Amino acid sequence: MTTAANWSIEGKNHERNFKSIMFLGLLWLSLFVAFLFLIILLVTTAMNGMGRYDIRLFTDYNNTTPADAGARAAILGSLFVVTVTAFMAIPIGIAAAVYLEEFADRTKWYNKLIELNIQNLAAVPAILYGMLTLGILTLLGLKNKNVVIGGSLALALLILPVVILTTREALRAVPQEIRDGSLALGATEVQTVTKQTLPAAIPGIATGTILAVSRAIGEAAPLLLLGALVFITYDPNGLFAGFTTMPIQIFSWTSAAQDEFKQLAAATSMLLLVILLSMNGVAIFIRNKFAKRW
Amino acid sequence: MTSDSQGLSRSMHLGASTRGETVHPIMELRNLDVYYGSFHAVRDISLDVGANQITAFIGPSGCGKSTVLRCLNRTNDLVPSARVTGVIDYRGQDLYAATVDPIEVRRRVGMVFQKPNPFPKSIFDNVAYGPRVTGMKLDKSETADLVEHALSKAGLWSEVKDKLDQSGFALSGGQQQRLCIARAIATSPDILLMDEPCASLDPIATSLIEDLMLELVNDYTVVIVTHNMQQAARVSDRTAFFSARVDDAGQRYGHLVEMDQTSKIFTNPSDSRTEDYISGRFG
Repeated sequence: MTTAANWSIEGKNHERNFKSIMFLGLLWLSLFVAFLFLIILLVTTAMNGMGRYDIRLFTDYNNTTPADAGARAAILGSLFVVTVTAFMAIPIGIAAAVYLEEFADRTKWYNKLIELNIQNLAAVPAILYGMLTLGILTLLGLKNKNVVIGGSLALALLILPVVILTTREALRAVPQEIRDGSLALGATEVQTVTKQTLPAAIPGIATGTILAVSRAIGEAAPLLLLGALVFITYDPNGLFAGFTTMPIQIFSWTSAAQDEFKQLAAATSMLLLVILLSMNGVAIFIRNKFAKRW
Repeated sequence: MTSDSQGLSRSMHLGASTRGETVHPIMELRNLDVYYGSFHAVRDISLDVGANQITAFIGPSGCGKSTVLRCLNRTNDLVPSARVTGVIDYRGQDLYAATVDPIEVRRRVGMVFQKPNPFPKSIFDNVAYGPRVTGMKLDKSETADLVEHALSKAGLWSEVKDKLDQSGFALSGGQQQRLCIARAIATSPDILLMDEPCASLDPIATSLIEDLMLELVNDYTVVIVTHNMQQAARVSDRTAFFSARVDDAGQRYGHLVEMDQTSKIFTNPSDSRTEDYISGRFG
């Protein structure tokens, strides 16, 4: 009997062999390691804060007696500073992105230079923005540099490149056909941007902007440089009022001697985490719910 | 459907048709050249677009027919490196004269694109967009009337009248394209340009759009670019055949081979290249 070609398709499944399973196993292990440390961090912080998840965390000011101390000034400070930051960074960031994406002639050298710069600025360490702001405030002749407007300026400078980049990304995702259609109807370029391109890009812009602002909430370095590490026992009550924020309050309590302060720091950390996670959750929700698929 | 039978009879009697015999030009192109940077893309186009006629631009890919079409409402200006020389005379004015406002040109010369491009807005707002941005001062009921009028003209009213607040994206491809036509006629243009309007549509949607063109030409002047020669033969009064050529420097460019009454182009063209193209020997 002559053996013809073997047309059998039976055999050991190659996708289930040792090598494939090893590879998959390694991937799972890496994921597990990353996840494990996150869980440990979360659980220990949550446990450390046990006993201080009470209303006084929100209502009481800082105090030299740990039992009487709360994070009220830090919470309000964070909200105030970040709101002012958003008001500074978002309009400027969106406007800059609209110029770069919709109006700038990309072949010109100065526009290329600006592009390159913004990409780089997004990667600059946060502390440098603190130093820059310190310099600006000194030039302006401000004696007390730990003021809300100063902190907001530093954070706004910090997130501005991120806002610009994500806005550009969102604008770029709007199909050219939409612009063509608008212009062909006799709309001006400004009308096309304000009535078509920008509204169509809003979900993407909102997502990117919320993520940028949540980065600002968690940031401590540039504010430390402005001298935000102070004992504040009043609500921030103006743009030139002194302030503290949650990351800075956490930092200050963590380095305190008494264990009760460390407990307080952990509780505040959990609060900060909850705020950040909910902001990111909102961003993801907006992206999934409103983002258009063209 | 009257429009259907009209379209049919028009195409059946093509050979003996007198459509397109006389031309009252609304646009006269004289020695039009288009450059993209240093690339001389389209050379020396001279042709007339007849008022209340359908003019078809046909020819192989890269022959410059879409480029010429885009000159007619100055959308070529939006390509940063594009430059146009020559004259396009529109009702006694040169479209490319320095004193002309390109926005004003685009308000009078509407355009429908190859791929239906409704705005990410409601059907109503899609149609009302043109009148709003062109500064037509309309109150609510006038806007509603105009939207109904434009959608009716585009043969879409009966299909969408109960869902005007739904997104334009919710419509089928053919409906989207008719929405884009409605959007274009809502600003009451003088001329309607169509750049391969049926290229992404199925045959049924295509025939609806063709019927629509034959209706629209009663009120407007229509210029259509098409790859579909049957379509040009079915709907147009006059046909311009473009082709591509390579110059001495090796640059490929588009030029006009001939333009005539559609029935003549398709039965008895004066240039052998036209005959080769329409009989499918090249292109």
